[in-house]
Amino acid sequence: MQPKPLLEVDRLTKTYAGAHGTLTVLSEVSFSLAAGETCSIVGPSGSGKTTLLGLCAGLDRPSSGDVRVDGDSLGSLDEEALARFRSERVGFIFQSFQLLPMLTALENVMVPLELRGAPNPRGPAEDLLRTVGLADRQDHYPAQLSGGEQQRVAIARAFVNKPRVLFADEPTGNLDQETAQRVVDMLFELNASSQTALVLVTHNLELAAKAHQVIRLRGGRRVEVA
Amino acid sequence: MRWILALSNPWTWRMAWRESRSRRGRLLLFGSSIVIGIAALIAIDSFRVSLTRAVEEQAKSLLGADLVVAGRSKFGAAEDAVLRAIGGRQSRETDLSSMVLFPATDGLRLAQVRGLDGDFPYYGALETDPPDAARRWREQGGALVDESLLAQFGAKPGDAVKVGELRTIVVGSLRRVPGDTLAFATLAPRVYLRQQDLEKANLIQLGSLGRYKCYIQLPPGQTAAKALKPVRKQMDQLRLGHTTAEKRQEDLGNAMERLSNFLSLVGFVALFLGGVGVANAIHTHVKEKLAHVAVLRCLGAGEAQTFAIYLAQALVLGAVASTAGVVLGVVVQSLFPFVLGDFLPVTVAFELRPARLLEGFGVGWAFCLLFAALPLLSIRHASPMGALRVASGMGSPRRIGWPEMLMGFLLCFASVVFAMSHTARKLHGVFFMGGLLAALLCLWGTAHALMLALRRRVPAAWPYPWRQGLSNLYRPNNRTTLLLLSLGLGTFVLLTLELTQGVLLRELTKDGGENRPNTVLFDIQPDQRDGVLALVRSNGVRVVEEAPIITMRLAKIQGRTTDQILASTNRQIAKWALRREYRCTWRDKLSGTETLTAGTWHPRFDAAKDPAPVSLEEGIAKDLGVGLGDEIVFDLQGVTIPTRVASLRKVEWRRVQPNFFVVFPPGVLESAPAFHVLATRATSPRQSAELQRSLVAKYPNVSVIDLSLVLSTLDSIVSKISLGIQFMAFFTVATGLLVLMGALWTSRKQRVRETALLRTLGASKGQIRTILMMEYASLGALAAVAASGLALLSSWALVHFLFHASFAPSFAPILAAGALIPGVTLVTGWWSSRGVLDVAPLEILREEG
Repeated sequence: MQPKPLLEVDRLTKTYAGAHGTLTVLSEVSFSLAAGETCSIVGPSGSGKTTLLGLCAGLDRPSSGDVRVDGDSLGSLDEEALARFRSERVGFIFQSFQLLPMLTALENVMVPLELRGAPNPRGPAEDLLRTVGLADRQDHYPAQLSGGEQQRVAIARAFVNKPRVLFADEPTGNLDQETAQRVVDMLFELNASSQTALVLVTHNLELAAKAHQVIRLRGGRRVEVA
Repeated sequence: MRWILALSNPWTWRMAWRESRSRRGRLLLFGSSIVIGIAALIAIDSFRVSLTRAVEEQAKSLLGADLVVAGRSKFGAAEDAVLRAIGGRQSRETDLSSMVLFPATDGLRLAQVRGLDGDFPYYGALETDPPDAARRWREQGGALVDESLLAQFGAKPGDAVKVGELRTIVVGSLRRVPGDTLAFATLAPRVYLRQQDLEKANLIQLGSLGRYKCYIQLPPGQTAAKALKPVRKQMDQLRLGHTTAEKRQEDLGNAMERLSNFLSLVGFVALFLGGVGVANAIHTHVKEKLAHVAVLRCLGAGEAQTFAIYLAQALVLGAVASTAGVVLGVVVQSLFPFVLGDFLPVTVAFELRPARLLEGFGVGWAFCLLFAALPLLSIRHASPMGALRVASGMGSPRRIGWPEMLMGFLLCFASVVFAMSHTARKLHGVFFMGGLLAALLCLWGTAHALMLALRRRVPAAWPYPWRQGLSNLYRPNNRTTLLLLSLGLGTFVLLTLELTQGVLLRELTKDGGENRPNTVLFDIQPDQRDGVLALVRSNGVRVVEEAPIITMRLAKIQGRTTDQILASTNRQIAKWALRREYRCTWRDKLSGTETLTAGTWHPRFDAAKDPAPVSLEEGIAKDLGVGLGDEIVFDLQGVTIPTRVASLRKVEWRRVQPNFFVVFPPGVLESAPAFHVLATRATSPRQSAELQRSLVAKYPNVSVIDLSLVLSTLDSIVSKISLGIQFMAFFTVATGLLVLMGALWTSRKQRVRETALLRTLGASKGQIRTILMMEYASLGALAAVAASGLALLSSWALVHFLFHASFAPSFAPILAAGALIPGVTLVTGWWSSRGVLDVAPLEILREEG
């Protein structure tokens, strides 16, 4: 029996109306992912990878098609409900880490819990920073951390609200090979232990190959599934 | 309205606090642009309240009495009867203009001589130095002389003074007389004599410009209205006017209200400009924070919640800026008595009114928020996708929805309401805001025209640093519009004041060559005329014009007596025009200050053709409602003189020369008792002074107006007034500088990056300095040019429409602005760019990577 899909992407299309007509950046892409599974999205620049990631995470709205998480359609949610959805069920890791520079490492990790109104956000945030090996750097600001350390803080932040789906956009894009390897290992370990569905956008084919499924995009269309 | 709910969440405030780390100082610097505007408003408002209170508390001493009855003729039996009927304690005073001589230094000047008896003032006191001088003067006689007059001639108590034929001793210097302002004393310095001493001076002669007053302290329980009621009719017939302490208080209150309203509006310009600075600061802050907003949105923060975080920052910024404004306002308030003191007839004590401070705080905060809200609203459009698309530099799209329109409307509405509440007529408030917006629009238009022009053609042959510096004015993220607004508005306000004041003063001081008189002699009795003429000529002074003066009153207009006209219910002629004394002359030709505008000038009168053809000044003809051919009967000491309006004249009143409402042709008034006025031209101040000295020695009743003295006095008064206005305008300039600094600091990061890139590409430090210098200097120069153009336009409009004078501006202030503004911009730009060249290019490139 196949596990019940956690993330279902159904014929997702995104078009933009421009001065020179309609531009289709994503066309009828479908896939699904179960809890604990990983999926990587690969393709050349401009192929629609980031657009697909954004649509799956409820950051943008599709022109047609639907995204369902745990069976709930994102299309029916208004802006505030989408924000709540991201706060409760989604985690993010970005290529450029996207830590808030005015907040310490600990405060950065606490933000998702605070947004949900969690009663004691400090405890879980400190635990996760300990897990990623940054217990002694929790009061440091992002500018005082190396790239690898920043990305580990970002991983801690992504997992702190126990998301159902984790979206990672080029998580190793700004890191050297050795650091990248450590970050990837950490990401996959945490993903497995927390039974999160991981969607990964990457140019790194070696990293992509580690995922359970690979979605290759070209010109906004899915061209091959591995 | 979810953001209101979000604001009540403590996390929003915690996040706003964390999010402002390392930006707090900068945010406060930007917020400071509104501090000065708030301070100006608070200072003026608190001062107004203190002033109103002082006027209320010192109301009685504004007049020194409960009631003053005044007339132009010496009080006779009929007037005495009226005054007796009013009752109470009374003091009589006779005011005259006369020459005053200090023999020790030969100092001579026209002064206001007041002969006083009785115990005036009943409220307040004659403040003198030494303090007991007023008491000694009442007991022993002598003169109390204005301290400004004593200072002018280096005289002091104990020195001799000569007034008319009276030689006496200065017993004290006069500091303050209830109801008079220091500015008034500068214009007409006062010399107090006892009534019996004034009579010894023998100044009251035919045609003397005297004013007779009776100060009255009413018995307890009696009001001025009640006391006047039974004698009103007689007072009208005797042409006696009156003033009460209440009326003086009301008039003064109105004048002070107008003054503080005017100053408030000038202060509001600073607040508005500061608001523009805040809007710019928030715009830059928000722009920098859009990436963070996107991340927060990715992490699950809602639109309203993220908006609330930055709104909370703006709320705190506004509160801090308003608090600072309140503190600065209190300091400025304490300076007002020094700046405006000479114009205030009351002593204003410094006091703090918490309610007023709170109100000022509220207004400042509200305006700060309204200005901040517009750029803050763009946070709503920040997409969470921005967190994924950093590299593409995706910003928030510029969209104008109903919240932006509502906020813009609220801002305009609040500004117009503020302006309307500070102008006597509501429409003036609308005009004021319209003018302010028009000025801003003109500066905005100039900035955009400049950018367009530069984009089209920066001469390719110019050296690279010049081209680069000029191109920076239109490139993305430029600050051209904001800098032109901030620098231009302050310069425009100051230049407008300076140009208008200059034009008006020059209009007065316009000499016009050899034929313009500069020394005017008046109060010359008929039997003194030939002697004075001979004396003038023997001093080598040229007589430009001589005019006999005869004082008359109106008896009838078009067959109706003035009493009938006054009694009519639909009277359209002002009471003063019907009741005043008309000082008329006769001559056969127009004088240099007159132009015939209608009718025929009659150089002589044929006695057979009654009535006499007279020429009326246009304005008075309008006030009396008469035109060509209308008949007017004058009353000359009981003798009626029928006349017909034969011509109308336009008169240049601004020239210091004998000018008249009514001019008769020769052949009508020659036998009437006349006194004479001589307009003369002395070739030097020394010659004029010698003439005055010999006149006083031989004809002590003759008074002299020395034009140079009038002008220097006027200049000092106008300078004091403009000091007050410039004090307020300075707030706008200071705000402009703060906005300028804020704008330059916000673009500092971009400048550092550009400089690093240019240096990486091989630009020398010298080249980069030239680029920066070119950019700042051209911005400053353009602001000066735009502000000068606007100021010329607005001062022309003021001079032309309000003061009805010819516009011949001095270009000195414009040249000064042309040199000063680019200089200040350059220095400020240089200061805010300091260290830019010291940042290692590698550091920046590493950051970029």
